[in-house]
Amino acid sequence: MTSSVDLLLVLVVLTNFLAVGTSRLRVCIRASAMQGMMLAMLPLLAHREAGWRAFVLAGGTALLKGWLIPRLLMDAIREVRIGREVTPFLGFVPSLVICAIGTALALVFSDRMPLAPEHVSSLYVSTALSGLLSGFIILVARRKAIMQVVGYVLVENGIFVFGLLLIEAMPFMVEVGVLLDLFAGIFIMGIVLNHIRNEFESLDTAHLADLKED
Amino acid sequence: MLDLAFHVALVLLLPPLLLGVINKTKAAFAGRVGPPLLQAYWDLVRLFRKDAVLSRTTTWIFRAGPVVAISTALGAALLVPLGGHAAPVAFSGDVILFAYLLGLGRFFTATAALDTGSAFEGMGAAREVSFSALAEPALFFGLLVLVRTSGALSLSLMMAAPWNTASTVAGAALVLVVVSWFLVLLAENSRIPFDDPNTHLELTMIHEVMVLDHSGKAFGLVLWGAAIKLFVFAALVANLLPFRSDDVALGWAAFVCSMLLVAGVVGVVESVMARFRLVRVPQLVVSASLLAALGLVLLVR
Repeated sequence: MTSSVDLLLVLVVLTNFLAVGTSRLRVCIRASAMQGMMLAMLPLLAHREAGWRAFVLAGGTALLKGWLIPRLLMDAIREVRIGREVTPFLGFVPSLVICAIGTALALVFSDRMPLAPEHVSSLYVSTALSGLLSGFIILVARRKAIMQVVGYVLVENGIFVFGLLLIEAMPFMVEVGVLLDLFAGIFIMGIVLNHIRNEFESLDTAHLADLKED
Repeated sequence: MLDLAFHVALVLLLPPLLLGVINKTKAAFAGRVGPPLLQAYWDLVRLFRKDAVLSRTTTWIFRAGPVVAISTALGAALLVPLGGHAAPVAFSGDVILFAYLLGLGRFFTATAALDTGSAFEGMGAAREVSFSALAEPALFFGLLVLVRTSGALSLSLMMAAPWNTASTVAGAALVLVVVSWFLVLLAENSRIPFDDPNTHLELTMIHEVMVLDHSGKAFGLVLWGAAIKLFVFAALVANLLPFRSDDVALGWAAFVCSMLLVAGVVGVVESVMARFRLVRVPQLVVSASLLAALGLVLLVR
């Protein structure tokens, strides 16, 4: 059981890498969708004893992270006709290297954390930290606002993995609250995207640093 | 004894079939009939009946190139266990010999290309060595992961039963190594997305451009050697797939099936992807190394 959870968590890390290393928005969004689906499987594998709550959480996660948010993002890039990130603030190879170093450090660091005994050897904490880090890298290093939304989703996925550690101790309302937060966040970002587009006719966030005269 | 005979027979005869499977898969994706499954064998027979033309600028290095390339590939193939059956040659530390036999073959292919004095072939040689320099860490990190899980330094022992380990993270690390080595397979054998094996006389190709001046029997050796190299890398990946059997006959059958499966996956990748621009190639090779390195960190933390 633990080994299948660990395999799934490694796949989650791989999708993080895919999202950080690609220049195509479509691939990046697909990576986040795949990651959402994998995260939805996690509570089923890890917390059978949680019963119907695990199923509700899995269903909600799959619906929201695996289907709805990626669909909204796909619609958005179809509308604005952006294919790829051309000139990122930080190149793709350096981002990947930083992401890998960060993941390695997360693996080392998670050993030193005072965790509950049943979580000590598992990969939850390091996957969560690695997800947070890759999300931040995308948020900071990419110009296109849609790419940054995906970065935000990855950060939230990292928090979700971390939250799975607590599913027994904490009411799952916390999880639902996080999902709701994410959904609200995506909505606000959608509105912001719309404003950026109306103002500058492009989704390049570098324009936001320009001073406008007219 | 029977295992030895099987090993040698597979190494000599199976490689061109892998090419056939790849081409058939690509043809199926494109809706074509495609070349016959055994086309690569007929190509070899045709080439071995021809005489070679040698340029006057070339020296013995040019003639040694294909011979060294195929013999090092065969040597490496003798070190790799095939599906749990120990390799004919196995000793502690043979992983190093394995990696550098492949390196020696690459060195001679590249030097033979330079020996022709053609700028075009020099360019291909430069590309080949720079990409494989980036791919080598991925191979070594993957080998280190296996050394760590099995505690042995011989390829045959390392790959005897990679999935039978007590550690729970070993499985996760092995998955990373499989992905990483598959990328190395594609890069080292000049497959899409690194290089397109179907293009000739294009400015972007890597392996094909180095062997443009070889003809006849020498070119036959080059093609056969390249197929054996593909076989060796596919065997590395196939050894890590969890299809095994304790029964001797079933074990060999499982191995051949996993080899054909790897070839099929290569064909699928080639059908659904386009070749990368040259500047994007190092990115993918570096990420292969990073994956394998991450697998190692997972184990040693």
